[in-house]
Amino acid sequence: MSTIKEQEYSKKIDFRVWKKLLSYLKPYRKILMLLCVIMIGVSGVDVVFPYMNKYAIDNFITTGNLDGLWKFSLIYVGLIILQAVNILVFIAIAGKLETSLPYDIRKIGFERLQQLSFSYYDKTPVGWMMARMTSDLRRLGEIISWGIVDFVWGITMMFGIACVMFTLNWKLALITLSVVPLLALISLYFQQKILKAYRQVRKINSRITGSFNEGISGAKTTKTLVREEENLKEFEGLTGKMRASSIRAAVFSALFLPIVLTLGSVGTGLTLWFGGQRVLLETISYGTLVLFLSYTTQFFEPVRQLARILAELQAAQASAERVISMIETEPEIKDSQEVTDKFGTIYAPKKESWPNIQGNICFQNVSFAYKDGEKVLENFNINVKSGETIALVGETGSGKSTIVNLTCRFYEPTEGSILIDGVDYKERSLEWLHSNLGYVLQSPHLFSGTIKDNISYGYLEATEMDIIRAAKLVNAHSFIMKLENGYDTEVGEGGGKLSTGEKQLISFARAIVSNPAIFVLDEATSSIDTETEQLIQEAITNILEGRTSFIIAHRLSTIVSADRILVIRRGKVTEEGTHEQLLQKKGYYYRLYTNQFKKEKQESILNA
Amino acid sequence: MKKLKKLWDLMEGFRMLYIGAIISIGLATFFSLLTPLVISTTIDSIIGDKPLNIPRWAVNIIDYFGGTDELSQKLWICAFMIIGLTFFRGIFLYAKGKWSAVSAESIAKNIREKVYDHLQHLSYNYHVKAETGDLIQRCTSDVDTIRRFLSVQLVEIGRAIFMIGLVTPIIFSLNVKLAFVAISIIPVIFLFALIFFIKIKSAFKLSDEAEGRMSTTLQENLTGMRVVRAFARQKYEIEKFDEKSKEYRDLTFRVIWLLAWYWSLSDLLCFIQIGGVIVLGSYWGAKGTITLGTLVVFFTYEGMILWPVRQLGRILTDLGKTIVSIDRIQEILDVPREKKEKHERRPEIKGNISFKKVYFEYDAGRTVLNDISFDIKSGETIAIMGQTGSGKSSLVHLLARLYDYQKGSIKIDGVELKNIEKKWIRKNVGIVLQEPFLFSKSIKENISLARKGAKDAEVFEAARVAAIHDAVLDFDKGYETTVGERGVTLSGGQKQRIAIARTIINDSPILIFDDSLSAVDTETDASIRKALNNRRNSATTIIISHRISTLSEADRILVLDEGNLVQSGTHEELINKSGLYSRVWKIQNSLEEDMSKIV
Repeated sequence: MSTIKEQEYSKKIDFRVWKKLLSYLKPYRKILMLLCVIMIGVSGVDVVFPYMNKYAIDNFITTGNLDGLWKFSLIYVGLIILQAVNILVFIAIAGKLETSLPYDIRKIGFERLQQLSFSYYDKTPVGWMMARMTSDLRRLGEIISWGIVDFVWGITMMFGIACVMFTLNWKLALITLSVVPLLALISLYFQQKILKAYRQVRKINSRITGSFNEGISGAKTTKTLVREEENLKEFEGLTGKMRASSIRAAVFSALFLPIVLTLGSVGTGLTLWFGGQRVLLETISYGTLVLFLSYTTQFFEPVRQLARILAELQAAQASAERVISMIETEPEIKDSQEVTDKFGTIYAPKKESWPNIQGNICFQNVSFAYKDGEKVLENFNINVKSGETIALVGETGSGKSTIVNLTCRFYEPTEGSILIDGVDYKERSLEWLHSNLGYVLQSPHLFSGTIKDNISYGYLEATEMDIIRAAKLVNAHSFIMKLENGYDTEVGEGGGKLSTGEKQLISFARAIVSNPAIFVLDEATSSIDTETEQLIQEAITNILEGRTSFIIAHRLSTIVSADRILVIRRGKVTEEGTHEQLLQKKGYYYRLYTNQFKKEKQESILNA
Repeated sequence: MKKLKKLWDLMEGFRMLYIGAIISIGLATFFSLLTPLVISTTIDSIIGDKPLNIPRWAVNIIDYFGGTDELSQKLWICAFMIIGLTFFRGIFLYAKGKWSAVSAESIAKNIREKVYDHLQHLSYNYHVKAETGDLIQRCTSDVDTIRRFLSVQLVEIGRAIFMIGLVTPIIFSLNVKLAFVAISIIPVIFLFALIFFIKIKSAFKLSDEAEGRMSTTLQENLTGMRVVRAFARQKYEIEKFDEKSKEYRDLTFRVIWLLAWYWSLSDLLCFIQIGGVIVLGSYWGAKGTITLGTLVVFFTYEGMILWPVRQLGRILTDLGKTIVSIDRIQEILDVPREKKEKHERRPEIKGNISFKKVYFEYDAGRTVLNDISFDIKSGETIAIMGQTGSGKSSLVHLLARLYDYQKGSIKIDGVELKNIEKKWIRKNVGIVLQEPFLFSKSIKENISLARKGAKDAEVFEAARVAAIHDAVLDFDKGYETTVGERGVTLSGGQKQRIAIARTIINDSPILIFDDSLSAVDTETDASIRKALNNRRNSATTIIISHRISTLSEADRILVLDEGNLVQSGTHEELINKSGLYSRVWKIQNSLEEDMSKIV
């Protein structure tokens, strides 16, 4: 089904991908610089603090002289205020980056998604796109902004400490830091292991969520099949795996800290041993020894942090690649340069140069394949005059929807061309066509918001009068007025607060509020109560008047009222003509009609 | 306190392991506190010449190694002591990490299984009314909240308490005055953290809600992409999304901004605390009332104690969340399960059904079935018709004991239905629901769900009867094709046919089709019924349908109207009586008239 493979784990860090992501930080260059300066300040103060202890030990405690304690205290107070301000500012800046970077990329991604062709949507599950736009971007924002913070802090911290240590006593510094390379390697190894283990946990966790979902949605079926015990057994298998992998991940973490600590203590021990000897030999002071001892512990934190950043970059590599690949996908259907020069883009349309539309549609030798080699339409020809209603009938997969998709330019013909008012529609802009098009889907899709919002979606400049007129035309006005807030009633997510029939009526109103010349309707198959059914039938009759229409028809009354009926089988027109003409043929249409007739009559009795 | 009891109850079976984990963290803390003491003693008395200020047993250790002078020549012993102490600390840290993970994950596993099992055993009616999204939320994120608290935070509380409990006496024994200085601001830091995390909850919530709104807008846009394009509303959508996305960005930044203030201020408090120790420590150190080593101990302990104190504020706010989660899960567990009653039996079932004056209502006063009486002999095929809401489905649901009737009597082979064990009757009544649910497994596994270890031949045979075999073979992976979210999407008719196959594979003596051929075309419908008849004549079959062709072939037809059995009889009998059945039947004839009018 989906051609998108989830990339699980890349071993190497691909800097090209990260460079691309970092290029989105350009607008924030200034605060990024400030952030780096602040982080250097933070690590500077972090390095100075233990030095203050050393100073206090060497100058006050060992000497017993209190001169300068006041000055010392003042400097200390100054430092802590500076550090508090530093912390406030760096968290704020990192937060700014953490929220702004994903916002910016999300905006670009959203714009790109508005342009990508339906061929992309066909092979990309909505959940996949959602994940890229939400969790992946959130994660990348976090890693990049806090990664920069920890990276700058860690590097300068290590550098600062090393400088002080080497200045004071380079031999002891070498001894103290001798464990660092090993520490770095071990940290990197464990961070990778830990991240991998937690990814495994998350994977099983999402399966558990899926299992709960099935267990709850399928509970009724489970009962009828008496599958409770087996289901539980299967579920226990999953929770058992979850337990095992969670413990595994936790054990890795639990091992990591003790190993790092013990290694660190080797550093401390070495410092105490060799530093102590130097104190006895009086080559270094007490304060210096204490300073070295605190620096050993302070030095190891940045090492761990840097290892963590590296491991996280590695783990987020796949996210970064997926996001970049989505943003960089090129839309298959777009207006050519000449067309946008002439008619403008979707953001800046040049409406003044748009030609008026008559609504003559002509398919010339049109062939189409969704996938290479599998032709859905072949050499299809049809000439529809302005104002004509064409009903398309046929089985699922016969090619009816393809004809509609091509008319709407959701897809373009692989061969042949489609002319509107005698001109290939590729020579006109997409927006021009869509502005003149009314479209109703089989299952109506409404957006959260009020009924008014949803109707005016078809024509943003619509006045209240326009909206009411449209609603009246499609028989929606009376039910809307019965709602508590009338046109200002919230429809809920996906229109969930309305019935299917009501949603259909609203989607009709939306389609005709702009008075389009071309109308495309994929008629609903789901049965609704007879009363609403009646309203919908009337609405369709009203809508069709004076518009060129393509209808994927299921209901008899819709089919019968069409000017021309095309029976489509396997991408070809097998029967064509008016209702009477086709009935007389006694062919496929005849059978289809009689079956549908029986079905509808029965439904009208049984669905009272 | 009553609320904490709930937490305690959850830990049943793993309390010892938890106590082990908490003792481990205590020991780890103890060892971590010893290290600075070793360092201070080394600095003061081994390298320096201050008198030993340590307990007797520790002096014994030093004497064992030959006293302070000897040790000053063998500083490596001190170094090894530090490494050794850290090593022991590490062992206990590991033990704590492992034990708390084992117990928390095991508890989480238990909760998950308990809730899953409980949900499966709740009544049919519960699941008809259930809000899936909310239930899943409880089963997943609430369980996770509890798990996280048990695995990390609970032990952290232990650490903080040990840390404070152990550090306080040590520093007081070392130097009372400086000890007072060292803990003076700690209560303030703790309260500040606690109050802050309670206050910030609303900001977190606002940011989460904004993210939800942004996701909804995104999802609506993506699922409604055709509408967006057809109306050329890209620009409008971009602006709409941008508004939500901005709102999310700004509210999230607000949370971080508040956190920035928190960290900045609480760090400032910590620095003041440390600064107090340094300045006053230096003062007293210079005066000679405190030794250098002791001061180093104070510096180190101060750093060690401040972090857990700040954490504690956060953990206590999370404890509140955890208790809410426990309550939300308990609400599910408090719903009574379907239970096996003592008097229930497992009689042999042949398929004779008898309804006598059966009365049924879902809610008091809302009659669904009223005074229904009829008999079905084993092997008969009965069709039920009626308008929407006439009680057809309810009637067959009673047979599988998905609901229980309130008055009258239903007998299966002479045994009162209420005295037959629920699972037993369901095993013997194969019912295909109106909207069948397929599990995201392979088609083969879906068909053999109710018959463990079914042979391939049996699966194929059932699929052939349900007229789905050929369609399945057309899939790339045939019977191994996964259905559902992660696999192929099946049409309504295909789903219904797989549901039929999985029901008939079990050779139940009673078979019920609850309008389960509605999405299948008439010809396939007929061929399935024909295949069923050929397969076995012995099963009692009840078919709910709207199709006159289906109804007419039954041995008998029952017509329901508003919960009453208004007509019953064979096709021939019913077409001659006025009523729903004959009205539907007449459409066939009227069609011919209609057609002649048009043509």
